[in-house]
Amino acid sequence: MVRVRFFARYAELVGREEMELELPLPATVADVVRQARRELPAARALPEHLLAAVNLQHVRLDAAVQDGDEVALLPPLAGG
Amino acid sequence: MRRCRTGTKWRCYLRWRADSVSLTREPISPAALLAEVAAPECGGTCLFLGTVRDGPEDGGVTAIEYSAYDAMAAAELDRIRAEAMKRWPQARLAVRHRLGLVATEEASIGIAAAAPHRDDAFAVCRYVIEEVKRRLPVWKKELRADGTTLWVDPQGRPAVVGPE
Repeated sequence: MVRVRFFARYAELVGREEMELELPLPATVADVVRQARRELPAARALPEHLLAAVNLQHVRLDAAVQDGDEVALLPPLAGG
Repeated sequence: MRRCRTGTKWRCYLRWRADSVSLTREPISPAALLAEVAAPECGGTCLFLGTVRDGPEDGGVTAIEYSAYDAMAAAELDRIRAEAMKRWPQARLAVRHRLGLVATEEASIGIAAAAPHRDDAFAVCRYVIEEVKRRLPVWKKELRADGTTLWVDPQGRPAVVGPE
């Protein structure tokens, strides 16, 4: 089971801030995004290429995801 | 408290105080940031304030609502601090990043960097703000005078695309 979190504009787009996904492991962040799109129609509005983090660290979409990980989908950053 | 390599308890306390970085919902006090990094061995201090802007092309911004992936932003800010301290070990650093509603002209980020010489103070300050811009999971929603709101995408890329 993987916990997926949505922030800022993405949370508004999908209408929620998080969801839990069951998917075959090992998997990548891109697999998680695909699964989220399948289970949550509103998630299809997310960009094809997006920023992501696993367990509070920036990662690429081909990064591995383990059971129990927290995967965050991050809109373009605007800090400072 | 982090391990201290500088000797006395008092200097340990100063070193601990000097590396404080955090997110805050309170207004940023430049005087407090400067006081945190002040030290007799530092001859140069830089203070950077990023403030909420309403320029001629910004459409009447009255405030910005800052939100974050709090746990990751705190972790990332601490990683940036650690990198800066590793690269400039004699520098002293204090950073505050606002969350919540920040009105036009108020500071959304404050960075104070002190070092024995000015080159390093400038370099640390520049390094921290550029890394914050590049890595901190923080987002801003502009509030306009006409009542509209807008998510800011600094890269100018489309933030939303159509369904597959």
